[in-house]
Amino acid sequence: MDELRELYQQVILDHNKNPKNFGKLETANRTAEGYNPLCGDRIDLYMQVEDGIIKDISFEGAGCAISKASSSVMTTVLKGKSTAEAEQLFKKFQKLITSEPGAEPDLKEIGKLVIFCGVREFPLRVKCAGLAWHTMVAALKNESATVSTE
Amino acid sequence: MIPSANSVSRLDVERIREDFPILRQKVRGKPLVFLDSAATSQKPQVVIDALNNYYQTENANIHRGVYYLSEIATNAYEGTRLKVKETINANSIKEIVFVRGTTEGINLVASSYGRKNVKEGDEIVISAMEHHSNIVPWQMLCEETGAKLRIIPINDEGELLVDEFEKLLNKKTKLVAVVHTSNSLGTINPVKRLVDIAHDRNVPVLVDGAQALPHGKIDVKKLGCDFFVFSSHKVFGPTGVGVLYAKEAILEKMAPYQGGGDMIKSVTFEKTLYNDLPYRFEAGTPNIAGVIGLSKALDYVAGIGYEKIAAYEKELLNYATAALSTIKPLRIIGTAKEKAAVISFVLEGIHPHDVGTILDRDGIAIRTGHHCTQPVMARFNVPATSRASFAFYNTKAETDLLVKGLHNVINLFRG
Repeated sequence: MDELRELYQQVILDHNKNPKNFGKLETANRTAEGYNPLCGDRIDLYMQVEDGIIKDISFEGAGCAISKASSSVMTTVLKGKSTAEAEQLFKKFQKLITSEPGAEPDLKEIGKLVIFCGVREFPLRVKCAGLAWHTMVAALKNESATVSTE
Repeated sequence: MIPSANSVSRLDVERIREDFPILRQKVRGKPLVFLDSAATSQKPQVVIDALNNYYQTENANIHRGVYYLSEIATNAYEGTRLKVKETINANSIKEIVFVRGTTEGINLVASSYGRKNVKEGDEIVISAMEHHSNIVPWQMLCEETGAKLRIIPINDEGELLVDEFEKLLNKKTKLVAVVHTSNSLGTINPVKRLVDIAHDRNVPVLVDGAQALPHGKIDVKKLGCDFFVFSSHKVFGPTGVGVLYAKEAILEKMAPYQGGGDMIKSVTFEKTLYNDLPYRFEAGTPNIAGVIGLSKALDYVAGIGYEKIAAYEKELLNYATAALSTIKPLRIIGTAKEKAAVISFVLEGIHPHDVGTILDRDGIAIRTGHHCTQPVMARFNVPATSRASFAFYNTKAETDLLVKGLHNVINLFRG
């Protein structure tokens, strides 16, 4: 049960229930769709990027608590960041959720993304947490095709 | 002592559970509660022993060798064909083709029967509750031939609309392919009625029986269907084996599905003569061990008795439906009057994937997702469901654990 509490922390449950930056962004100039065929999680990501800076970002879609909370938290973290920083964070986040259980996460590196630390105890759910991030990277490259976690 | 009528008809689930070694193990420190038999069933010891025994004492290729082992293996393999024929009451062993599973069986029919008989402008009728394996092969055929796929709608309970089915049939209809028992809704379709209606218009019918056989007796003569397909692994046999039943007169006219060894009488570079039925459709070395295992599985199920199984599962289904209905935010998807022991449900505000992960920590295995029936999910406007599916080795106590587990899920999400 402790691992479950770690995975489904209150912050994650809150983001799941009341996601931030949820809805279509009319001013978006970068969009991508992410899809996890395993469970049917789907996310549409919208970004307004100007001079290499993510001015605004939002998402829509349906998915499990982990994927929804991850999308929500990601949008709050990335707003105002440069695209280079966003790609850096993507790598750090990937490292976090696939790291060995027990390894101490580098708080300075990942900040509030640390709440997804519990995901690494659940290998089947890593894709749920990563979906939004993969979709974001695709949107930055302006890949129009649907991103799949498979 | 003469046992009472009641004790004769009742299934001794505790005794049966001892036949399934996997059910004895603990998962994450908790006793395994396996509620995913609609995905694949567990195997009794006799089936596991049969696989072992085959590889330890009988392994040889079939239909070829003139030596002892090959004879034993061939007899065991062909013996299964006879057993399948008797189990589903086919007319002849010529009508029993071994394939890899239900999926391959349907693909065989789509590819061989379909390509020959379906032309541009023709129509194939399937239902809104088909598994992807009874949708995609027909879509591929339609794409290739220019035929059209027509869909029998279902109501909010998850039942086929038979009147609408009748309306869909016309001169262009070349085949009806319909599921006997829905894997995601549990609905048992009125297959005989559908077959009669289709046959009145000379339209042949394929029945996807993957979920039918584990829950009850199948008689293809009574059903009257032209094709019936099922998988070994869902009837307590090994994976990688399935059966295609097809009426001899139809099979006789069908072109081979795959070419290779065993499906031929003679080969020269100028001309190949194909083998007789059913071997014409079994190219290459088959899953001999798996087929032999299927034989043991069918014996095992028959030994318990199909009627006993059906009665027990009905009891389990009613018990589980009532127990799950006490959970407030839970909604059952698929409430047909005729139902197998399969319960799909959604918990309001909690995604099935989260439900599955949390239950897993209690050792409870259920299936979560779209169950390879995305059109069904779309019909009920849900992205996915959780599904508990039962077999005769499940107990009411396990149902209680599921209910308890679901309360844990709700509590965790309430924070």
